[in-house]
Amino acid sequence: MPKQAPVPDELSKPFWDACNERRLVVQNCTACNRMQYPPEQTCSECGSEHNLEWREVSGRGKVNGYCVMHDSRIRLLQADQPFNIVVIELEEDPAIKFLSHLPGTPVDQVPVGASVLVDFQEVGPGQLIHEWRVVG
Amino acid sequence: MAPTGWFPTTRNRSQEGLGVWEHRGKVAVVGIGNSPTARRWDETADTSVGAWAISAAQKALDEAGISRDEVDGVVTCPQGMGSPWAPNPIPEDFAKAYEPTDNPDDGLTGVSADWIVKNMGLKNVKATYHTPACISPALCAGAQVVGDGEASTVLVIRGTGNFSGRYGQYGAAAGDTASGPGQWTNPWGWQLIPQIAYGFDQYCRKYGSSHDRMAPFVLNQRKNGALFPEGYYYQHRPDDLKISVEEYLSARWICKPMNIYDCDMPIHTAGAFLLTTAERAVNMKQKPVYVLNHVSQRAKVRSSVETLDETEAFTDSIARKVYEGSGLTASELDICNPYDGFTLFTQYFLEGLQWHGVQRGEAHDFYAGDISVKGPHPFSSSGGNNGNGRTRWWNQLDCIQQLRGTAGERQVTLKAETALAGAFTPNMSDWMVYGTSPD
Ligand SMILES: [Zn+2]
Repeated sequence: MPKQAPVPDELSKPFWDACNERRLVVQNCTACNRMQYPPEQTCSECGSEHNLEWREVSGRGKVNGYCVMHDSRIRLLQADQPFNIVVIELEEDPAIKFLSHLPGTPVDQVPVGASVLVDFQEVGPGQLIHEWRVVG
Repeated sequence: MAPTGWFPTTRNRSQEGLGVWEHRGKVAVVGIGNSPTARRWDETADTSVGAWAISAAQKALDEAGISRDEVDGVVTCPQGMGSPWAPNPIPEDFAKAYEPTDNPDDGLTGVSADWIVKNMGLKNVKATYHTPACISPALCAGAQVVGDGEASTVLVIRGTGNFSGRYGQYGAAAGDTASGPGQWTNPWGWQLIPQIAYGFDQYCRKYGSSHDRMAPFVLNQRKNGALFPEGYYYQHRPDDLKISVEEYLSARWICKPMNIYDCDMPIHTAGAFLLTTAERAVNMKQKPVYVLNHVSQRAKVRSSVETLDETEAFTDSIARKVYEGSGLTASELDICNPYDGFTLFTQYFLEGLQWHGVQRGEAHDFYAGDISVKGPHPFSSSGGNNGNGRTRWWNQLDCIQQLRGTAGERQVTLKAETALAGAFTPNMSDWMVYGTSPD
């Protein structure tokens, strides 16, 4: 389904560039050994901007929970209603949460707890966005 | 005067461990006023948010029996909750009737403190502030301003416009791209509504509950709204409040498990509260309602969503701050009016506050009991936004009326000597604690 295409900015460009190479990267503070997503200018734990790196992650995760959107304010999504909005937790750190429409999974039949794998969807000319699919 | 700035967040009571509020019982609410209500603006000057804000403020002054010249502070929440009026042209009769500020939408979508000072001709104002999101932070700011002696008599005002067109479907929601913070959420349609719906689903999974168990609370909110003469439904659509359990359960989903009756309906209206010092309050016309504490919650989530664990931690923190700063315990809190717009998050506040002994996971059992205003557990006696239309201040208004003993048919039969109201969400909300006694 069509999605709004992200507009990369200085902070987010490395993330979206990685998506375009079909890689999922997450900001990581090497001092705190702690990942954070969405990315921020500084580590939200130690407050420093100096130890942030982009760490490539496995792209494996689990379905944490979901809801089913019937009446979105986002115009571009309205034609596809109702649709799943799923919260994914990352294998490396379940505190890191991603969002997904869970393509391939019927509406309101979301298997909470199931394993998922990252996938990439083209949402604008040359821009991929991270999505997730149930595996196994 | 210089244009009004935002109330400094350093003056919010957002930390735990601050002890009893230093001005506990030294500030009082002495006037309340509400304008008429409408579903949408009819585009005449007389019913503009600005006009109605003035009328609400004047009612609050008249109630207290004081003149405009006695007001020396104004705090408003200047943003309305509906769509902006721009780029529509400013209606001519509105432009003729009122002095503008730098913001062409001022007086149409919301009202700034500067607009109020100009258009009410307030001559003696020495302190003005703005606050975000709701009237609750404006009330907190007003109480601190009076307590600190920066002003002695403060009008706290919010107007909110509602125009034609689908609510919220403008700006970033209408585009083909997502930028700023929205690039991490909007592509999937993640906004406040999915957050609340997902959180509620997590709650039901954790505690073994389900959406149908919300029916007693939602129906009771509407029953209380039918007893609130200032409310939109009471004034315009009383029959809409008479929904059955079956109607609630079969209503259309907005974002399953949230249906249309879990949402508050946007309306067009304005409200005002008048705060002053405890010393001045005793010479005014109404029985003073004392401010015992004000609390703010400004919490940051770990990742792209707020988890149920975070929601519970945030509402636990709100409760600790409410009780610590007011010196009250849960069993000493008589009136409990947490925010309900959306109904699906009210249980987090109730359980955090442990009002009437309700623990985590027990709210839906509590709702199944007698929560009517005449019963033993008169929860959310205002009927909230759900029972009265979206303003985010009915709960504050109800606290004042219950403590004055002027809540009419909504007056609880239990003791009403202390009260709590606040909005908006577990991570970002502001709370006022009131008492009939300053001690
Ligand atoms: Zn760090």
